[in-house]
Amino acid sequence: MHKLLTDSPGTKMLLLGNEAIARGAMEAGVAFATCYPGTPSSEIPEQFFNISKETDLYFEYSTNEKVAMEVAAGAAVSGLRTIVTMKHVGLNVAADPLMTLAYTGVNAGMVIINADDPSLFSSQNEQDNRFYARLSGLPMLEPTNVQEMKDVTVHAFELSEALKLPVIIRTTTRLAHIRGPVVLDEMKPRKRAGYFEKNPFHFVTVPAVSRKLHGLLLERDEKAKEMAKDFPYNEVIGDGKWGVVANGVSVNYVKDAVSDLGIADRVRILKLGMTWPLNKTYIADFLRSVEKVLVVEELEPVLENDLKVIAQENGITVPIEGKGVGRLSRLYEYDPRMVREAVAAYFGIDYTSTPPVDVSDLPELPARPPNLCPGCPHRATYYAVKQVYGNVDSIRPTDIGCYTLGLLPPISMADFVICMGSSVSSGCGFATATDQKVVSFIGDSTFFHSGITGLINAVHNNHKFTLVILDNGTTAMTGHQPHPGMDASPMGFDWPQISVEDVVRGCGVKDVHVVKPFNLKKTIEAVRAAYEYDGISVIISKEICPLFAKSIGKARKGRPFTVDQEKCKNHRDCLNLLACPAMFLDGEQVQIDKNLCIGCSVCAQVCPENAIKPLK
Amino acid sequence: MDTTRIICVGVGGQGNLLASNLLGQTALRLGIPVVVSEIHGMAQRGGVVESAVLMGDVTSPIVSDGECDILLSFEPVETARLLARCNKDSLVITNVQPLPPFTVSVGQGTYPSVDELLEKFRTKVRKMITLRGNQIAEDVGNPLSLNMVMLGALIGSGATPIGEEAMKETISTMTKKAFLESNLKAFEMGVGEAKKQAD
Repeated sequence: MHKLLTDSPGTKMLLLGNEAIARGAMEAGVAFATCYPGTPSSEIPEQFFNISKETDLYFEYSTNEKVAMEVAAGAAVSGLRTIVTMKHVGLNVAADPLMTLAYTGVNAGMVIINADDPSLFSSQNEQDNRFYARLSGLPMLEPTNVQEMKDVTVHAFELSEALKLPVIIRTTTRLAHIRGPVVLDEMKPRKRAGYFEKNPFHFVTVPAVSRKLHGLLLERDEKAKEMAKDFPYNEVIGDGKWGVVANGVSVNYVKDAVSDLGIADRVRILKLGMTWPLNKTYIADFLRSVEKVLVVEELEPVLENDLKVIAQENGITVPIEGKGVGRLSRLYEYDPRMVREAVAAYFGIDYTSTPPVDVSDLPELPARPPNLCPGCPHRATYYAVKQVYGNVDSIRPTDIGCYTLGLLPPISMADFVICMGSSVSSGCGFATATDQKVVSFIGDSTFFHSGITGLINAVHNNHKFTLVILDNGTTAMTGHQPHPGMDASPMGFDWPQISVEDVVRGCGVKDVHVVKPFNLKKTIEAVRAAYEYDGISVIISKEICPLFAKSIGKARKGRPFTVDQEKCKNHRDCLNLLACPAMFLDGEQVQIDKNLCIGCSVCAQVCPENAIKPLK
Repeated sequence: MDTTRIICVGVGGQGNLLASNLLGQTALRLGIPVVVSEIHGMAQRGGVVESAVLMGDVTSPIVSDGECDILLSFEPVETARLLARCNKDSLVITNVQPLPPFTVSVGQGTYPSVDELLEKFRTKVRKMITLRGNQIAEDVGNPLSLNMVMLGALIGSGATPIGEEAMKETISTMTKKAFLESNLKAFEMGVGEAKKQAD
């Protein structure tokens, strides 16, 4: 049985923040879950995926976040408790349905999980999605620890039903990826059968309907403001003349700072668990109860500005500061020391931090950048493409996935990426705007996410470039989630598999090449043919991700390779051109680590001396 | 209760997330307040992986510069990279066997002398425990058990509120049965090494 289905209230479990959210949804009787995976949210749907094998919970990995939001919307207006999960940039993709779903509202609890990534541990930007609550007019809840990740999720379903609005829960990487003890509660039964009561004058958002619905949203917003006053995860902690306001993970840093500085008897902390809408009376009361206020929030000064407005409206003149105090800035995530120093500085507490050890005399350390795994088929594809495009003035737009690491030397095959699907559409722009050759890269999951529309655009508008689809049979970077093009049978599912090749041909592409990248010669030939084609050409490079293959028991049986030191003339092409991490220098000689090598044979094909052979 | 802030660092594939998770599970079972925080980089294999285990009266899930009580490092250069998280009273437990990053193989950096690194570390922190971790793991017949060796050294150091038996129980219930014997042996070897290097 899946551990999150444990039906014994009171049990304490060590859960990952993301697991706690999934458990909260199960406790709330969630019946319908959709997502597109994206770090730091990916472990939430992974739980639903596994739980759906054992229960009647409906779950799907949708092709992108917009689709996930729309599928969920259909279920939620039909009266099912529904959850949809994504990372912060995913909400940009889903923003279109989000804004109007806020108008129609829902007929059962619908929770939208949004995971922000301050400090960009694995993202292309660090946008603050608290603005989405303000933009859409939907309530936003922010838990502060693992227990609350579960409890607030349960509460979010209740709030959503009370308001008939979707509710957004915002987490950040440091909440999504912490493990802490969680006390389990009872699980409510799932209501799995929905029914949609037709009401076109509410659910069909033609202008005349939406004019009315916008007013309805504002009414619901007023109700939400009232409810924010008694929201159980808004809390005043401690008592004193100094005020600190905080949200999310920062609440922990503030609590520890106050206790470390020994000023717990002088500080009142306003912990905001519901950060939109704000109950102005509740906050004004807090502001009146203190002499000065420090706002501790990562990224944008969202609460700081709101508090200043509330203070002005109420004639409250207490100083309110946040950004600019100590090292509190609009950049990156906060840490305990930074917050402790800011609290000490703002309230005039004499305090010196323990100095870190002096590391100025340590030698320069070699960087350890992320790298494509040993035996990664993307490396072979990149090598083949480079043989054709390497000496040509060419632009190589890339996309979001493991293969983005092709950016790093010595592969260096990435020139532009802004978001998922962008390699195809930006390729259209580059090809038209310049005389340079364009070769774009996209993964299979990303192709289904939003590459298809770009490809249709390329065909229709007669853009001339090559698109390489790196098809490794899974969504690799986020942890091997399924997608429409994969063979799901090894995972125990008989889902229809959508052929990338058929889709590409169906989009109207005439020049299509399907290759196995570990066969370098044939791959290079295909790339050359595509290069010479006058139009849009697509190369589909198919080879399963070796880590995924291992996890489903389909690992290659290839023997590891070894360098015949007598034949090797130390050109180091293998090392310098492929950069496979299974290779290392032993003195001046290249060696292959047999524990890392998966026997893909690409290095053997690159070696000019034929010095690389399977290990006997 | 007193706070113990531990940072675990290693390279993707070395198993340090499992180590920190086992530590967290044990603390939970013993009723010790605990938070574990993990950051996985963009690479599945070969990138830096860092996690933090905080036990006791603390709610912040991460450890700032100068505030780490114990640095448990699976790789010597990574020890150096995170040394600024320590202060003069910190304990550093480090594997001394390098896993050179690929940048070194292609000549974009030099791997510093491990002996010189260790010598410098010693002058900066209260105590160091050093292990030939990969060798020990190979000796017990399971090259993948480096994380158990390191976990053993951590528990053997006596610097955490967790005892050997409690940790072994978690390993027995939460790691793959096929590797149980070698995992426990690796753990015990780690404990032994730490005890040998006790004050």
